[in-house]
Amino acid sequence: MTASATVHSLWTTAAGDGFKIPAPHIEYAQLSPVLIVFGAAVLGVLADAFLPRRSRYGAQLLISVAGLVGAFGAVLVLASNGYATDKAHLAAMGAVAVDGPALFLQGTIVLVSLVAVFTFAERRLEPKTDGARTDAFTAQGSAVPGSEQEKAATKAGFTTTEVFPLTLFAVGGMMIFPAAADLLTLFVALEVFSLPLYLLCALARRRRMLSQEAAVKYFLLGAFSSAFLLFGIALLYGYAGTVSFGGIADVVSGTAPMTPALAETAGNDALLLIGGAMVLMGLLFKVGAVPFHAWTPDVYQGAPTPVTGFMAAATKVAAFGALLRLLYVALPGLRWDWRPVLWGVAILTMVVGAIVAVTQTDVKRLLAYSSIAHAGFILAGVVATTPDGISSVMFYLAAYSFVTLGAFAVVTLVRDAGGEATHLSRWAGLGRRSPLVAAVFAVFLLAFAGIPLTSGFAGKFAVFKAAADGGATPLVIVGVLSSAVAAFFYIRVIVLMFFSDPSPEGPTVAVPSPLTTTAIAFGVVTTVVLGILPQYFLDLADKASVFVR
Amino acid sequence: MNPVNYLYLSALLFTIGAAGVLLRRNAIIVFMCVELMLNACNLAFVTFSRIHGNLDGQIIAFFTMVVAAAEVVVGLAIIVTIFRSRHSASVDDANLMKL
Repeated sequence: MTASATVHSLWTTAAGDGFKIPAPHIEYAQLSPVLIVFGAAVLGVLADAFLPRRSRYGAQLLISVAGLVGAFGAVLVLASNGYATDKAHLAAMGAVAVDGPALFLQGTIVLVSLVAVFTFAERRLEPKTDGARTDAFTAQGSAVPGSEQEKAATKAGFTTTEVFPLTLFAVGGMMIFPAAADLLTLFVALEVFSLPLYLLCALARRRRMLSQEAAVKYFLLGAFSSAFLLFGIALLYGYAGTVSFGGIADVVSGTAPMTPALAETAGNDALLLIGGAMVLMGLLFKVGAVPFHAWTPDVYQGAPTPVTGFMAAATKVAAFGALLRLLYVALPGLRWDWRPVLWGVAILTMVVGAIVAVTQTDVKRLLAYSSIAHAGFILAGVVATTPDGISSVMFYLAAYSFVTLGAFAVVTLVRDAGGEATHLSRWAGLGRRSPLVAAVFAVFLLAFAGIPLTSGFAGKFAVFKAAADGGATPLVIVGVLSSAVAAFFYIRVIVLMFFSDPSPEGPTVAVPSPLTTTAIAFGVVTTVVLGILPQYFLDLADKASVFVR
Repeated sequence: MNPVNYLYLSALLFTIGAAGVLLRRNAIIVFMCVELMLNACNLAFVTFSRIHGNLDGQIIAFFTMVVAAAEVVVGLAIIVTIFRSRHSASVDDANLMKL
């Protein structure tokens, strides 16, 4: 019997009594964190469609916060019921993993998004337009910048409340991304969180041309990279005849039952190597690692600052989670091939991120290059290929994401007549004018630099220790050296803020509502707590560091 | 006919698409080239599905089509917005942030 005959028999069965399609078995309770977030997102869309304009903001904020808190509660319940350890398994017919890393990262993503939603909802920073409070998002996304239509929309006090459901959809996709246990789910989750992010980038209230330009760049490059990811998936599917991570690992290690077709394709290493490289490329793009980092500074600069904070924090967590699962579950048999590649990428990322950041003059671009350098530090932990590597990467992600969110929230506060004053020269003497805001920003910068007693130090120490134990000592040396370079420009900003004279027409620091205050306070508290008492959280990450397959 | 030939065709289409993304200047054309790359992926999926005699690849092709459709919605919205504000869809003109 030929291969074609077996295929034909799949759709030429007589439609008699014996023809039944078995319904898939879905474990709704174990998927509840994701389902709650998507449910809230759909509710948000309905609220935007049917509620009168004036009540949308309150309703959207309520739905988003309730959905995210509910999802975090569901993650905690699942983890306390043992799904992170002994009851870990694959749900939804093997498509989604419910295990320690998935729950840990989902919990992190949900918490980060909750704090990010607070910054999205901030309405006291922009000056009032005709008595109506407005937020960081455009009055009407479709109106041409500077047109009469835009002026009318602004005068009428319109706000883009669609950002809340868009954010929730992105959060849902990000939660599935690190839990995806097959390549199809991985691809769909990638698109589910990318598409809303492209739109969110285009919706800034100020500097709309920059914002739209950022969206176009992010979209075209993102679509390009996801096409590479998809072709890689096609080649891996061709190699293994399956898209499940466990199935691919079995074929790579040669323990899968062989069919004649599989014996032929599995003998073709080109499919495996090129496919693996292309999938890796797609993930490294999302992470912002160096040969694929070119979009990061432009998109971070152009996007509305709350969105930038959300992207920088949550996307990184989701993408590194997916990268870990792919490398540790699907391609561990190939580690002698991918480790040298990731060595190179990690070194390049750390060095380029740290050195180019020194020349930046815009705070948002500076933070963008700093996020590239941090992606390199995290990659050093990924290269470790030990259980410590997994737990240290997860701890670093949790620590880093709250610091990032807090730092971008501070950036939204420093303003002049044109909106946010992001040029570094405008930040000179900020410490004299508003010591509290400057001190908080300094705490975040010290955490980025990895100074002891901040979460950044605990994270960096964990990651570098795991990398050194995993035999990547040269990588650790490069990491420490580029940390030193990075520390230079973080300290330079602190010196600029505290030890130079403020210019008389310098920016003012807006007084935020409790929403942004909460976000910044949360960032400071996690920075200090994870810095002084990291052990509890390291143990937590350690307990949650076993992948299911 | 040997199904492997379809794989060569798929790789060729993918390469044409990738070259188009890198060489063309109009955002719409760039986007169409991305769509060509996605369709090349679909051809590869369906061919591998035939080679292996299982239906996974064909199902994935459907998912890809849906994702591509969603991407068109978002992509055209963004490109049309930037075209209306600049009267140009050239990716070279989008350089406000160049250092």
